[in-house]
Amino acid sequence: MRTRRSPWLGLHSLLMIIFIYVPILFIILFSFNDSRLSAEWRGFTLDWYVSLFDNDHVMDALENSLIVAVISTLAATLLGTLAAIAVRKVTRRLKLSMNGLMYLPIVIPDIIMGLSLLVLFRLLGVETGKTTIIIAHITFSMSYVYVVVSSRLAGMGKQLEEAAQDLGASPWQTFRHVTLPQITPGIISGALIAFTMSLDDFMVSFFVSGPSSTTLPIYIYGQVKRGISPEINALCTILILVSVTLIFLAQYMLNRGKGQKKQKMLPF
Amino acid sequence: MIELVDVQKNFAGQMVVHPLNLTIKEGEFLTLLGPSGCGKTTILRMIAGFEQPTEGQIVLDGADLTALPPNRRDLNLVFQHYALFPHMTVEDNIAFGLKMKKLPQAEIKQRIEEAVAMTQLTPLVKRYPHQLSGGQQQRVAIARAIANKPKVLLLDEPLGALDLQLRKNLQSELKQLQRSLGITFVYVTHDQEEAMMLSDRIVIMNNGQVEQIGTPREIYATPATLFAATFVGENNIFSQDGRLFAVRPEKLKATRDTDAAKRTGVVQDVLYLGSIHKLVVQLDGEPMTVTIALDFTDERPWEIGEKLGVNWGSQDEVNIGA
Repeated sequence: MRTRRSPWLGLHSLLMIIFIYVPILFIILFSFNDSRLSAEWRGFTLDWYVSLFDNDHVMDALENSLIVAVISTLAATLLGTLAAIAVRKVTRRLKLSMNGLMYLPIVIPDIIMGLSLLVLFRLLGVETGKTTIIIAHITFSMSYVYVVVSSRLAGMGKQLEEAAQDLGASPWQTFRHVTLPQITPGIISGALIAFTMSLDDFMVSFFVSGPSSTTLPIYIYGQVKRGISPEINALCTILILVSVTLIFLAQYMLNRGKGQKKQKMLPF
Repeated sequence: MIELVDVQKNFAGQMVVHPLNLTIKEGEFLTLLGPSGCGKTTILRMIAGFEQPTEGQIVLDGADLTALPPNRRDLNLVFQHYALFPHMTVEDNIAFGLKMKKLPQAEIKQRIEEAVAMTQLTPLVKRYPHQLSGGQQQRVAIARAIANKPKVLLLDEPLGALDLQLRKNLQSELKQLQRSLGITFVYVTHDQEEAMMLSDRIVIMNNGQVEQIGTPREIYATPATLFAATFVGENNIFSQDGRLFAVRPEKLKATRDTDAAKRTGVVQDVLYLGSIHKLVVQLDGEPMTVTIALDFTDERPWEIGEKLGVNWGSQDEVNIGA
């Protein structure tokens, strides 16, 4: 049975999509524009991408960003996964409060995360730099990993592990041969999200970065203050592409092995 | 074989299994039968080791199991929803327990072959669980358990998720399997017909308490309690002079001679079921109906609304308490 829908609904959706995506489209479009200054189309070029890779500042920032993202992702994935596994074993009340604490970094405004971490590092007398950015990124990425892995664990239920135990597997064998293979897609998906979050983060990094630890988003922010150059557009285009790819990959991993029951949305 | 000694289970201060003493014999097919929430699954899970009894001991072959974790108990459980490992093939699922016990490769191979042959899974060994039908998944779950050659096989409503026809087929397969393996089966179900058909002995449970333990014949012919009388098969409960007794529908006689009858009533419904037909009778002066089963040789026509007498022999009265 087909229900007639109001034409206004379609129009509304269209306007919403334009509103969200047109600015991003313009960035992508102008990264290929053959003009340094004007906002008008002068023809197609890849020059800005080429000069981007010749730019030492950009390359330094890229290196910093990748180092931070890789290390913080590894640490956050390990810690988040362990936390998700540990929380299953505790009482219901403790579980609820643990859940709340783990979700908090996702909900807390970035500016407060950044500021509070800066205050903490000052108090401890830690010099800000790559290390502090890595620590900061671990604190929030861990929550994303936790959320994804614990939802995967909840979806798995307890029966498979009970079956393994019943068949003679020790607790470690059960984890190694049943639990881990079952939650691996969740772990990978959590890691991909953590990596994206780290790569894209500006606010928290801005507070806890030092003079020699400029990441890509911070570099972009610094450049934009002097006007938007096509190189920045090119850089943003690359960042958008990487992020979208990683998130799609994460979603794909999350749905793998779930058969019919596809999760349509990320859990946050 | 298995002995449950004063086994009791409390959840959050609520007694879900009342102190229970039960001896399960070697090679026996024993069924725990009762409505959902009666504690039957909890008993099974205590035997398997997933729940710890609050009080009492569980003894297998003379050895106290109570403190052992599930992986160190020489028995296997077939789960209600099979709990097959989705990332392993049928073969790997069956091999799992054998690999955990570090059996030699040749022995593992041979046991898998035996188990799949017995459960008719041979052509499916390379498939993954999601590529199998419900009935096939059930067979894999059983094969996975019996490959370990356990002393006792525990089955938690193993046919509960299957449709009726398949369930009937698998019931007889299970019974044959148990006979040829000769191992003890402890079976949990809420389906009284299934319990009657499969079991050597049935334990009827209600609200965490045992109502009766007996062979299917004993349970049907001489129910011990009101619950046992009404849960298994159809029954008519009469109350007379402060005592309660049950008479099965096939033991009641319908007569047109209302003067000599023990009770009189009015035909409320006539149910034709092929080999038998049933009369539902509203008794005079009592707020209850009784069911009379008439076999196919009885061809007297009955009309709804007709007055009739109900009779039975006093030897067919089964006392079920006051």
